[in-house]
Amino acid sequence: MTTTAQTQTPSAKSASAAETAKVLSRPSRSFWRDAWSRLLHNKAAVAGALVILFFMFVAIFAPLLAPHNPLELNSGKGFLPPMWVENSSTGKAGTPEFILGTDNLGRDVLSRVIYGARVSMVVGFIPTLIIVVVGVSLGMISGYFGGSTDNLLMRLTDIVYAFPDLLFFIIVMTALRATALGQFLNGLFLLFVALALVNWVGVARLVRGQVLSLKEKDFVLASRAVGAKDTRIMIRHILPNSLGVIIVAMAFLIPGAIITEAILGYLGLGLRPSTDPTDIFITSWGSMLLEGQTAINNQPWILLAPAIAVALVVLSFNFLGDGLRDALDPRLRE
Amino acid sequence: MTRYIIRRLLQAIPTLIGISILSFILVNAAPGDPITMRTFGDPRMTEEAREILRRQLGLDQPAIVQYFAWMTGLSVRQGDQVAMMTTPGNTCGYIGAINVTVCDGGGGILRGDLGTSIDTKQPVWARIVERMPATLELGITSLLLSLFIGVPLGVLSAVYRGSLFDNLVRFFAVIFRAIPIFWMALILILVFSVVLGWLPTGGRQTVSLTQEFNLGDRIRHIILPAAVLAFGGIAGFSRIMRTETLEVLHTDYIRTAQAKGLSPNNVWFVHAFRNALIPLMTVMGPAIVGVLGGAVVVETIFAWPGMGRLTVNAAFQQDYPVVLGAGMFFAVLTIIGYMLSDIFYAVVDPRVRFD
Repeated sequence: MTTTAQTQTPSAKSASAAETAKVLSRPSRSFWRDAWSRLLHNKAAVAGALVILFFMFVAIFAPLLAPHNPLELNSGKGFLPPMWVENSSTGKAGTPEFILGTDNLGRDVLSRVIYGARVSMVVGFIPTLIIVVVGVSLGMISGYFGGSTDNLLMRLTDIVYAFPDLLFFIIVMTALRATALGQFLNGLFLLFVALALVNWVGVARLVRGQVLSLKEKDFVLASRAVGAKDTRIMIRHILPNSLGVIIVAMAFLIPGAIITEAILGYLGLGLRPSTDPTDIFITSWGSMLLEGQTAINNQPWILLAPAIAVALVVLSFNFLGDGLRDALDPRLRE
Repeated sequence: MTRYIIRRLLQAIPTLIGISILSFILVNAAPGDPITMRTFGDPRMTEEAREILRRQLGLDQPAIVQYFAWMTGLSVRQGDQVAMMTTPGNTCGYIGAINVTVCDGGGGILRGDLGTSIDTKQPVWARIVERMPATLELGITSLLLSLFIGVPLGVLSAVYRGSLFDNLVRFFAVIFRAIPIFWMALILILVFSVVLGWLPTGGRQTVSLTQEFNLGDRIRHIILPAAVLAFGGIAGFSRIMRTETLEVLHTDYIRTAQAKGLSPNNVWFVHAFRNALIPLMTVMGPAIVGVLGGAVVVETIFAWPGMGRLTVNAAFQQDYPVVLGAGMFFAVLTIIGYMLSDIFYAVVDPRVRFD
């Protein structure tokens, strides 16, 4: 009310007060809105996000997008080269019917790559969600309460850190593959579990570090002074302030999981390629890399197509992750 | 300092015990046992013969007894079985009070014995030692490559900040940090071995009857795997060196050096470079650990006869003593790697104090 009264008085002093009032009445920009606009100005991050959205779209609508049934065997049409090759090493010419050619059984490579996107997306996101839930909870408890809980959890993380990741995955997959757990979802479930077991550690340590520094801050002291309970302080004050770090960590966990699936698939330990048309997950890029490796002289595209897809997705997530880090914590910018 | 090292070593003990328990549970969770797997469908094998083999390896015992035997070399059985279990190198005694027979096979992790491979009947140590040179050869080559390429790239990139060179280095650093070594390996094999035919697809040397040492042949074999392992390191080292050199270039003592009229080369390479090296020491530990982990991937893809491939193959063939022994060995190396990096840090930077 006073501002309105002042602006009506025609004097130099009140004119500048009016300016100030105008600035103050602008909608305030929250941290998240700020970060969002920083992210949108990062070309690499936006491009990465678009590529990821594209692959998510492909994964969801695979049955509509794939030109062929990925399981359909076309006898006599094995190892067709891509459509632009007229005379391949197998002496066959590509046809527009099979854009990227066919594999040894005459299955369409493009359709299989499209279906493979499903596994990579699921392997990227689902374990990451589990990892974040487990890692954040344990990291918060560990950092907030300290003491023997903290000590025990940190020794547990030491154990996981001291073991080469891939070795752990290979031991888990070879040991449990034949069990019911290893058969569930064509072996995908076991892969989720293994990824979660290894990767919660990094998130837990990260969050613990955040909590350790945040819990000394004045706003935590203030809310404790007004009688807030521990859980409230953790959920309402510490968690929102750690969210940026957690989001960035997620952006880097996802490509890590996708790569792990690709390596394990390549070693024959990933998804079991399915022949059942009712399955959602029919083949994965990792399994295709393995098939492509053996057929590399006959039809290099069985290897190249999933390799390009893996590289695109992984690079995109990394660009997005870098962008998120710059947007959410500008101090870390190089 | 000595006290700090001793404390770190003591801290490593519970970690190692944890790893031994965890890995033991994992390999024991596998359905079936190594004997069934190895003799499956063999008409000469009877179920009784399998039972005897399992007994010899202690596989008929509960997991906790097997773990105890693996750790201490002492196997425990119910009842008086002294006559049955005593063999050369296995002394047994019967403890009547609790009705068990305890046999001392002379091994056990705690006595530094990692056990015996089921497949080759060699001690696990011998198999690790046999594979060590190949892993060291690959690891050291790739570390040297990444240091000698990555460090100068980073320093030059900082000195010529904002130039085309700087931008190129940074662009490729981002790409190479993101691209998984596994992917890199596949594509390099495809390009240089399959399409161009310049380099072998894998192995440490060309297989021949005489197996004599041929330096040129060995170099041709190591180029691809070492390059693949080095890419990540080059990217990482160049990034760190760039940031650190930039930071050092803004310090007062550099301004003093410039004010004294020292040549730019002298300022950059004598004053700036040496101080920028400090943080590099702290990442050496993780870098060594990274090379170890990466070696598992690279050795598997390039059929490089090192420890990583040994362990992976043993996992596939369910040769548990080798998996467990080599796994423990990897864990010890990893812990030492992290510890060395903390110690290096304090040695090169006197501002860091151990508490």
